[in-house]
Amino acid sequence: MAGLTPASLTADAPAPAVAAPRKNRPTSPWQEAWRRFRRHRLAVASGVVLLLLIAAVTLGPFIWPVAINEIDFAAKLQGPSWAHPLGTDDLGQDLLARLIYGGRISLAVGLAAMVVAVVVGVVVGALAGMSAGWVDAALMWLTDLFLALPLLPLLLLLMYLFRDHFKRMFGVEGGAFILIVVVIGGLRWMQVARLVRAQFLSLREKEFVEAARALGASKLRLVVGHILPNALGPVIVAGTIDVAAAIIAESTLSFLGLGFPSDIPTWGSVLRDAKDYLDIAPHWALFPGAAIFLAVITINFMGDGLRDALDPRRVL
Amino acid sequence: MSNMAANKDDALLSVTDLRKHFAVKGGVLSRVVDKVHAVDGVSFDIAAGETLGLVGESGCGKSTTGRCILRLIEPSSGGIWFKGADVTKMDATALRSLRRDMQIIFQDPYASLNPRLTVGAIVGEALTIHNLVKSRRAHEERVVQLLETVGLQADHMRRFPHEFSGGQRQRIGIARALAVEPKLIVCDEPVSALDVSIQAQVINLLEDLQEQFGLTYLFIAHDLSVVEHISTRIAVMYLGRVVEIAPARDLYDTPLHPYSEALLSAVPIPDPTVKRQRIMLQGDVPNPINPPSGCHFHTRCPIAKPDCATRVPELRESRPGHWVSCHYRG
Amino acid sequence: MAEPLLDIRGLKTWFKTDDGMVRAVDGVSLSIDRGETLGVVGESGCGKTVTARSVLKLIDMPPGRFEAGQILWQGRDLIPLDETEMNKIRAREIAIIFQEPMTSLNPVYTVGDQIAEVIELHQKLSRKQAMVGAADMLKLVNIPNPERRVHDYPHQFSGGMRQRVMIAMALSCQPKLLIADEPTTALDVTIQAQILELMQEMKERFGMAIMLITHAMGVVAETTQRVVVMYAGKVVEEAPVGALFGDPRHPYTQGLIRSIPRVDRSAGRQARLESIPGTVPSLLNPPPGCRFAARCRYVMPACTQAIPPLKEVAPGHKVACIL
Repeated sequence: MAGLTPASLTADAPAPAVAAPRKNRPTSPWQEAWRRFRRHRLAVASGVVLLLLIAAVTLGPFIWPVAINEIDFAAKLQGPSWAHPLGTDDLGQDLLARLIYGGRISLAVGLAAMVVAVVVGVVVGALAGMSAGWVDAALMWLTDLFLALPLLPLLLLLMYLFRDHFKRMFGVEGGAFILIVVVIGGLRWMQVARLVRAQFLSLREKEFVEAARALGASKLRLVVGHILPNALGPVIVAGTIDVAAAIIAESTLSFLGLGFPSDIPTWGSVLRDAKDYLDIAPHWALFPGAAIFLAVITINFMGDGLRDALDPRRVL
Repeated sequence: MSNMAANKDDALLSVTDLRKHFAVKGGVLSRVVDKVHAVDGVSFDIAAGETLGLVGESGCGKSTTGRCILRLIEPSSGGIWFKGADVTKMDATALRSLRRDMQIIFQDPYASLNPRLTVGAIVGEALTIHNLVKSRRAHEERVVQLLETVGLQADHMRRFPHEFSGGQRQRIGIARALAVEPKLIVCDEPVSALDVSIQAQVINLLEDLQEQFGLTYLFIAHDLSVVEHISTRIAVMYLGRVVEIAPARDLYDTPLHPYSEALLSAVPIPDPTVKRQRIMLQGDVPNPINPPSGCHFHTRCPIAKPDCATRVPELRESRPGHWVSCHYRG
Repeated sequence: MAEPLLDIRGLKTWFKTDDGMVRAVDGVSLSIDRGETLGVVGESGCGKTVTARSVLKLIDMPPGRFEAGQILWQGRDLIPLDETEMNKIRAREIAIIFQEPMTSLNPVYTVGDQIAEVIELHQKLSRKQAMVGAADMLKLVNIPNPERRVHDYPHQFSGGMRQRVMIAMALSCQPKLLIADEPTTALDVTIQAQILELMQEMKERFGMAIMLITHAMGVVAETTQRVVVMYAGKVVEEAPVGALFGDPRHPYTQGLIRSIPRVDRSAGRQARLESIPGTVPSLLNPPPGCRFAARCRYVMPACTQAIPPLKEVAPGHKVACIL
């Protein structure tokens, strides 16, 4: 069959049998999703705000090179001014510098914890979704078990138990970071796992997966090439929401004093330090609170936009 | 029971007493409470180069039969002999090489193409899986060749399935199946989801390809007029069993089984001047979980007699090449 | 000539989408007389379903909107009517059944409840009387054990039985027009034959008119008296059923009829099927001129200039083609 020639289609087809597709440039489903996302105004605006926020915390130290621990009792508890745009705290430390530094940690924790949650969730969900029988049952049982755990007390307990251990292994800041990321991510993968499993169960019955099996594709090829790419939409949406949830969780931990060491500012720990001075220095609590609020709400709005853009019904 | 092809030696594929039972789970402990007899002892042969039509109403097991032949569904029992080897006993390696000989075309042109892949990637996947081409250039050339074979154009390669209409998508699915140069293609309702004018395009294409590459088809469909048009021989299924096998024209001119007869008379004819006596079947197809005893069709059969409920009719050759499973016909 | 029961004049139902205006129905005129069965045929996307739903104003607005035209129901235009007034016409005067009988029934109520609700709403009967009426309706559509089955839920019925339930519900207020939108497409052939026979029987009994929307030429040939062929949002041909199949004038109709393999003719596989090349054009910015021009075997330069009007070529036989 080496010399394939076109079948005699023209016998019954004076015009080309196939009309050219509508558009001139091919658009992949991801490009289509991006096009739909761009129409979601709130999500796009949120994306811009979030990007500004990220740019601020990454580039901030170069533009505002003020030390975060420069104590100046002469300028303590000051409101916003040219010298200190967001005011100072009870030790006269510059709040803008501290929030920039804290924002780096908070956002990094959020992203890293999301990655942990998504990776664990996808692996567990994919394993459960591809293997029928007891493996699936056991993994789902594990997922349900984790869902039944009371998160906050467990979070506090784990932090309390392992904090010193991690500090010895990875240093003060690194140890806290890894521990927080692992604990938050490790307690938030269940939704993703369930989602991925449900997607896998429905996708593996799809005819295009059957077609790939009929071509002789290996199981790995089926998962990586055919099932997973089509299951990713909802995972991305869930992952986005997870970033927001992880930021809140980290702030909560820091607020309760179980996050990073107290001399390292994060949005949550700045808020904790501020809580005793609410009536004399409200700005101190207002700015970190606003930062958390802004980050979380823009991420959630983006999640909404992504949900509409990646709606699996529109792709499949 | 496998001597139904014109000549046994010609048989490319021979199915003997194929059964597939799906477990129905229920109760708190999800134990197997019942079995769906989707395919309940099906036998037929397909000769090289012919088209065997497999017709029947929804739930008769025709699609399950097609998927069992490719081992996309594991059969419960029975034999599937392809070029002298039993497909049901093949290990992973043998199955992999079987995939180069047997392919499938699906009904739904939307669900059967991966929306995330380009048309080129879809059509070319088999080339990668089986290492059929040496270089990237050869890969691309082959994909273009396949696309042109099914009436698409080279520049369609970089597009995605959602940019194509149903008929074009079905062509892509056909090109994918052709990539491995198969001998047998199971066509599972390949035109049912298409518009009338597009159906004709795809049927003509399938016929052209058969002639060009000497393909053998198992053509599964519920539309009897389409099956009659494309098939050499036709097998009629009812509730997991074959009730009649005959050369296409024979079946339409002189159907022997009362079910085939009713099925044929129910097909609307696009000609208002033709007036026919219609055999109206009463009721619905019974539940395949508990199919009727004896002859599965006896509950709806216009000529049923008491013993039809107890004795299972054998498929026997009533006339040369015309097999029927009924106690009182043929 | 008596006033037609339903007279659609120059109807345009358009949909606003992200990509622009989709002209799903673009100037459709058709009429149905009392007691007549009119077939509306065409391929997917030709606008036949939107036309049917426009009659009952079951189109979501937005994104849909009536751009132009009139829908005269016994001489009265339905387009300006509000929901309250439309509800007096829906079910009581014009009823509709859909292709997918599972999704058109509410799964959480028994079929008896659902039929009784319609009866109660439109005939001002008590619940008890309405339930008796519901059982009578099930009996009428030949559902075995109607008194028992009124208490069953939709999932307990097979596809064919559900379509019978839908017909029972549609007929419960004895409408003057039944719109059947692909009523047998989801069913097997033997069940299709049962449902078509039932519809015929009901029509004779109640004397209602039927607007049968389908893509199956065989169904049209066997059940209708007059046929309207639609293509890309427009009517291309309208004729009595005999004339349409005996002497199709529009190239599209000719192609449609010839592209179907036929059980009753022993052509077998020697004969190639005639197919219409190409695909249905996009209704988003459709090409000027005849919409079939790109696929037409007789296409001439003039075809792409202006849209050919529907003109009468024989009594009752209208074609939109310049040939």
